[in-house]
Formats: sequence, structure tokens, C-alpha cells
Amino acid sequence: MREVAVIGIGLTKFGELWDTPLRDLFAMAAADCLEDAGVGRDQVQSAYIGCMTSGMFVAQEHLASILTDYAGLKGIAATRVESACASGGAAFRAAYLEVASGASDFVLAGGVEKMNDGADATACLAAAADQEYEVFHGVTFPGLYAMIAQAHMAKYGTTPEQMAAVAVKNHDNGARNPKAQFQMEITKDTVLNAVRVAEPLGLFDCSPVTDGGACVLLAPVEVARKLGKPIVKIIGSGHATDTIALHDREDFASIPVVGLAAQRAFQQAGIGIKDVDFAEVHDCFTISEIVCTEELGIFERGKGGPAAEAGETALDGSFPVNTSGGLKSKGHPVGATGIAQICEVYAQLTGRAGDRQLKNPRRGLAQNMGGSGGSCTVHILEVES
Amino acid sequence: MHGIVGYGAYVPRFRIKAEDIANQWGADADAFKKGLLLEEKTVPGPDEDTITISVAAARDAVTRAGIDPQLIGACYIGSESHPYAVKPSGTVLIDALGIGPDCHVADFEFACKAGTEAMYVAYSHVKSGEMEYALGIGADTSQGAPGDALEYTASAGGSAFIMGSEGVVAEILHTYSFTSDTPDFWRREGEFYPRHAGRFTGEPAYFHHVLSSCRGILERSGMKPADFKYAVFHMPNGKFPLRAGKAMGFRKEQLEQGWVVNLMGNTYSGSSPTGLAACLDEAEPGDHILVTSFGSGAGSDSFILRATDRLPEVQGLAPKVRDQLADRRIHLDYGKYVAYRGKIRMNEV
Amino acid sequence: MITPRYHREIPQRYRLEAGKCAACGEIHFPPRAVCRKCGGREMETVALPRRGKVVTHTTVWIPPAPFEGQKPYVNAVVELENGVKLTCMVAEAPPDEVKIGTEVELVFRRLQHEPVWEVIQYGYKARVVKV
Repeated sequence: MREVAVIGIGLTKFGELWDTPLRDLFAMAAADCLEDAGVGRDQVQSAYIGCMTSGMFVAQEHLASILTDYAGLKGIAATRVESACASGGAAFRAAYLEVASGASDFVLAGGVEKMNDGADATACLAAAADQEYEVFHGVTFPGLYAMIAQAHMAKYGTTPEQMAAVAVKNHDNGARNPKAQFQMEITKDTVLNAVRVAEPLGLFDCSPVTDGGACVLLAPVEVARKLGKPIVKIIGSGHATDTIALHDREDFASIPVVGLAAQRAFQQAGIGIKDVDFAEVHDCFTISEIVCTEELGIFERGKGGPAAEAGETALDGSFPVNTSGGLKSKGHPVGATGIAQICEVYAQLTGRAGDRQLKNPRRGLAQNMGGSGGSCTVHILEVES
Repeated sequence: MHGIVGYGAYVPRFRIKAEDIANQWGADADAFKKGLLLEEKTVPGPDEDTITISVAAARDAVTRAGIDPQLIGACYIGSESHPYAVKPSGTVLIDALGIGPDCHVADFEFACKAGTEAMYVAYSHVKSGEMEYALGIGADTSQGAPGDALEYTASAGGSAFIMGSEGVVAEILHTYSFTSDTPDFWRREGEFYPRHAGRFTGEPAYFHHVLSSCRGILERSGMKPADFKYAVFHMPNGKFPLRAGKAMGFRKEQLEQGWVVNLMGNTYSGSSPTGLAACLDEAEPGDHILVTSFGSGAGSDSFILRATDRLPEVQGLAPKVRDQLADRRIHLDYGKYVAYRGKIRMNEV
Repeated sequence: MITPRYHREIPQRYRLEAGKCAACGEIHFPPRAVCRKCGGREMETVALPRRGKVVTHTTVWIPPAPFEGQKPYVNAVVELENGVKLTCMVAEAPPDEVKIGTEVELVFRRLQHEPVWEVIQYGYKARVVKV
């Protein structure tokens, strides 16, 4: 397999973008990305686009055609990739494999979701759970993660205050991200006293409903070198699935699919979590950031909550997590999230992260998860010094 | 010997107190409680209806009967609150309990008498030898218009009876029915709440039919009130059944066990069947029980039963009526009550 | 959920019918065409026990539209006596009545109605067993 690099990124503003339709969200991100890479649109051979459920949100399927056309890429090979909220990560992996295989040199990995167009977002998102044996019984996504939280609290003593610390930290970071949906700092009391969504999760424990698009362009490392780009290599790509239904798993205080995907990525990279400097993790809910940091091995099991509360995951902490603001503050346009995470890792590794820039990070990790842990991708990127 | 081989009753967990209804309408709570002899009534949860109540009661009836549900040859649910105007309730019931598909199923409706109707037809099937077992159920999630006197009483619950000739717990000795066209209470197609003719529902309707039916069955059986341990009369409110019993010469002690209305309200088709279930919960072998239902429109069915030696063996196999009435009640306020009863208009899904 | 789909699942929703792998004995709820443990294709029908205990739970305050009239309600994962786990609502329970380990039984309740044709859909819910 050839070595593959990310050579450009493009990200729309995240938020309630009432005046921007689905097709333009992708077109804008793709155009920004190609401009950033300095690659002409006629050079792009193929695209993989993550989108979770445009069929339910805006009744539009057959996305590969409409989106590439509106991005000025009519004619290229294009595929829509769906793996619930991990659609972006799965699209990135597909694009990575196509370049690594030698089949194509310039492949676009994109993600997009238009969630604010009048549909019942709770019902649309619930399609990522087992429709007949979870959703039929009134289960919502906050409800599923709330049940993970209850189990984690019971097993490890994790507290609402620790979960609140995740939200506060991510808002601190998001306040420094001009693309973020919520560019505002919040206090722990705001989180703890918020309207209840699903016990023990309140409104500020939950990521928002967001419109947004994201794209990255991949090319062989050798081609990137010729173009004179900073070399940000994909050194590990892990992908795993688990049961779609939470109840079919053994331990609700864990999300095993994350550990499994991470293990595969680390194995390919030949490194461990100690060799990674920061991570974008899938904080669709505050509890999920805590559990994912444990699954990734950043902290021991049961220590994710105390670590968050102690500031270990802050910009100046021992292992910064979600420097972008995460899904919580940056926003969570579900299909775009996995790609937006790669954008942040790339920005940090190339020194382009502005007010939230880490000091000379070398390796960053992006972990993107579908459903209540039914699918996950983990990617590790390394910048050549 | 033919009669009941298994029975079960279901009482929802939710309640509303009579004074909370009275306070809503600025009425004199004490006057209503005294006038109706009623403390509170049951309220079905938002996930309960005649079908779920029937399934719960019938499941306990199967447990007490100790039979293979496949042997039940007919299922009848009597109710005036079948969830569908067109589509049977009984089909859901048989698929939930694993009865059939070789089974005769029908829904009955005759105001508050539909339950005893279902029991009567089920009993006739086994008596004729047409089938081994037949199931008759009376269940309702009764409606009363907001502010109407009926609102104090219209409640939810029901009881199920499996009839058979093997393993009888209460033998049915006599039956009698008394019927005439008497429009005291009705609901036209498409109307949400039933209407009633005020005091006309009393003497010409309830008392005329209940007392005539009761006299008829006593005459046929040659029995007198003193021969019975228990007597149950349909319970539209607390007062009517006690007055009817007294008029027939029954003593208070004979009426008390089946008189569940003060804590349960009027469960319409489930009313006298649940009174009977409460008596079966406590009856001893050889005890005689008289039951007389009433359905507006109007008619009464009467049954005379005698408890067998097997009854005490099954009484403890499922929850008793009075335990359910006392157990873990959740009292709703008026707002929650009308929401649960679908009396406020929500957005369509 | 459209009516044909609901009708197909009546054995599971009404009677808790599970599939037991004829080769290895693994019990699947809902039944599966292929055994998750051994890959076996032959299944026999078995009914699940109705008793179990709560493994985890939540109180849902912001429900999807079909459940609006029941909010707040309790959802739980219940582990039945034979080890099979399923997700359901806990009927009529005040939230503080349900804890990890709470004993429940499965009862038959009305779950929702099909949005287009308004067919009422029934199924199982848990109910706290009297302590």
C-alpha cells in the first residue's frame, strides 16, 4: 500500500444555516478544500461522502450525484457512505484505501448533514438505533447514552460534575473556533441546572442539531511532496462494528467498538496512545467523551471522569481532547463530523489552529463513532517534521 | 359440572380522588362523595386500553385455570370502550395469550352489561359441549364527559373468566336475563362521550332491570337471599348496588366483599365481573354467590354460583382484587388525568 | 412503523417468542436467520421468561413525537431470567422507583400508533414487581 497524506481541508461554518441547502453545504466545503490544496477540480478522480440520513432529514437520496455536480465535479466516481454518525470517518477510510491501493491519486473525502430543515431530528437520529427493538420502545439517542452514563456512574462512580466538566472544557475550546456553532464559554452550573433531556443528561450534556459540511483531499505522500505541501500522513486507520442495539452488549459502562477500532489503528501505525499528542473524540454526549477517552487508553477505565474534571483534557492539559470544541460546542452535523475531526487534526498538525493551537503537536487522533457504539473509525495522523 | 375454571382481574395503578374532580368544577366534594359513596376511581395509564386490561386479566385467568391456552375454543370481550370502531379487540388478545387460531372470537357491546354477556355466551358453549373451554371478559376504560356526574365514577379495569367443565372452581347453577328497550344512557356513532337521561337512569332503568332479574333468578332457583354468602350488583356508583341489595333483602355483610366501587369507580363492563372476582378471592367451598349486572338500554344478567373445593387452591395464584386496589396506588392530579384520558387535544403525530 | 412490519413482529411483541439455535442452543431475541454464535441456520421457537431485572435505565424527558403524551417515561435495559436482554419502557413507574437491579415483569401494553393509518401497536413493557 502507498503512503497517503491529507493535502487540503475545507469546512463550512457549523450551525443553524437556514439559508444554505444540503447541496451547497458540500459544494462550499469541497471548493474550500480544493482551493486549500491547490488542486484543480479536473484532477479529482473520486469522492466518498459521508451522510447519515439525508433521506429522512430532507428526503434526498442519491447524494453522490447531486453533491458532486453542485461542487463542480460532475462526472467523477462518487459514493455516498453511511455509518450513522461515523459516516464521515467511514468515508475518510474509503478514500484513504482508494489512494493507498494505487487506484487513484486525488480523492476527496467529504461529509455533510442538513439537520435544520424542519424534520424531527430526534426521530431521524433514532434511525441509527435498532428501529424495531429500541426506537419502537421510545428510546432516543440521549436516552441510550444516558443508560451508558447510568451504568458508568454505577460501576465507576462517575459524577454529573465530571460530565459537566467535559461540556465546560469543550465550550472553552469552541469559543476559540470561528467555525463552531456555539462560540461561548459556559459554567458548570449552566450544565448541571439545564433542562433535563434523559436522566442523567441535561441539554448541555448533549451535542446540538447542526448543519455543516466538511471535506479533505487525499493524495499519495509522494505526490504531496511534489506539490510542496506539509506532509500530514495517515499512519493508522482502524474501523470496527458492534451490535446496533445497546442491549445486545455485555457491559454498558464501556463502548467496545472504540477500543477495537483504536487497536487496529495503533497496530497499523506501530505506536501506542502514549505516542499521540492530542485527539478529537466523538463527544456526542459528555459521557461519550469520558468513555471514549478510556477506550482509547488515554485514561484507565473509570478515570475518564476525574481526568476531565482535573483539566487533563484541556488545551493546556496532559492530553488535550477536542481542541475544536468537539461535537458539543463546534456542532454535530452527523455525516460531516468525522471529516471535521480530520480537519481539526490537520489544522493542529500544520499550525493553523489559531487561538486554540497546541504547541508543536506531532501526532493526532480522530475517533468517530456511529449510533450508541455500533460502528467506529479511528485515524492517526502524523506530521513530518 | 359447568362453570368457572379460572378467573383473573386487573386494576390499573393510577387513581384520581373524587375531591380532585369536584374541586376542578367548583363542586361540593363532600356532597358528591356522600351522594355517590365513592372515594376515588381508577384511571387507565396512557398505554392501557380495554385490550391490555383484558390481556392482563385473562393471563391470570389462564394461570388460575392451569390449562393450555390452546384448548380455549372461544374468546369474547365485552366492553363499551373497544379501541377500534371497526376491528376486533379479541384478535389481539388471542395472539397475546397464544390462543387459537382455531378459536371463535367476538367483541360484545351492551353498555355496562357486555362483560356478563361474554361470560354467559362462553358458559353456554361449554355447557352445550361445543368446546372444552371458553373465555368471557368484561373490561372497560370508561368515558364520562368532563364536568358530567359520570366523570366521578367512569373508571377502568376488568375481569376474565374461563368457563369449562373440568377443574371448576365455581359452578354456575343458574342464569337468568331480563331485558327491555329503555333508553337511559347511550352514545351515538362518532360521539366521544356517552349521554344519559339523568334520574331516568334510576328507577325505570337500573332498579327495574336489576331487581326484576334478581327476582327472576331467585324464583327459578328456589333460593332466598339468606342462602348466599355474597351478592354482587352492578355498581354505577356506591349507592345503587347497596340500595338494590337492601331492597332484595340482602344484608350489608353479603354485599361488602363484592362492593369495590368506592375505591375503584364504575368500570362499566368490568364492574359486576370484578365484584364477582373479589368474592371468588375470598369464597370458601360451598359458598353461594349471586351476581346481577346491568347494562343501559337496558338489561340485566344474573348468575348463581357455588364455590367448589378447588377454589382455595387457585385463589393465591394471581393478584387478588382488593390487594390490587390497595397496592401502590399513584394519584393523579386533574391535569395529568385529562392528559392520560385523551381529553385534551394534543398535536397529531 | 408500517402495519405489515408490525404484523410480522407480533410473535415477538405479544408473546416474546425468541429463536433458539438448534445446533448450539444460543437464544436470540428477536429470532435471527443465522446464529450469531455458531452460524447455524436451524432455529426453534422458544418463549422468553417474563421476569427479570433492570440493568440500566433512564428517564426520557424529550421523546420522539409518538411518545409525547407519555413523557416523562422510563426506558430500561432488562435482563430476563435466562440472561436475554431487551430494551423497553417501564410502565407507570415514577422515575425514582427504578434502579439498577430493580425486579420487573414484562406486561402487555399499548406502545404507539402507526402514524399514517393509526393502527394501534401493542407490545411488552416492564412493570416493577412489588417488593
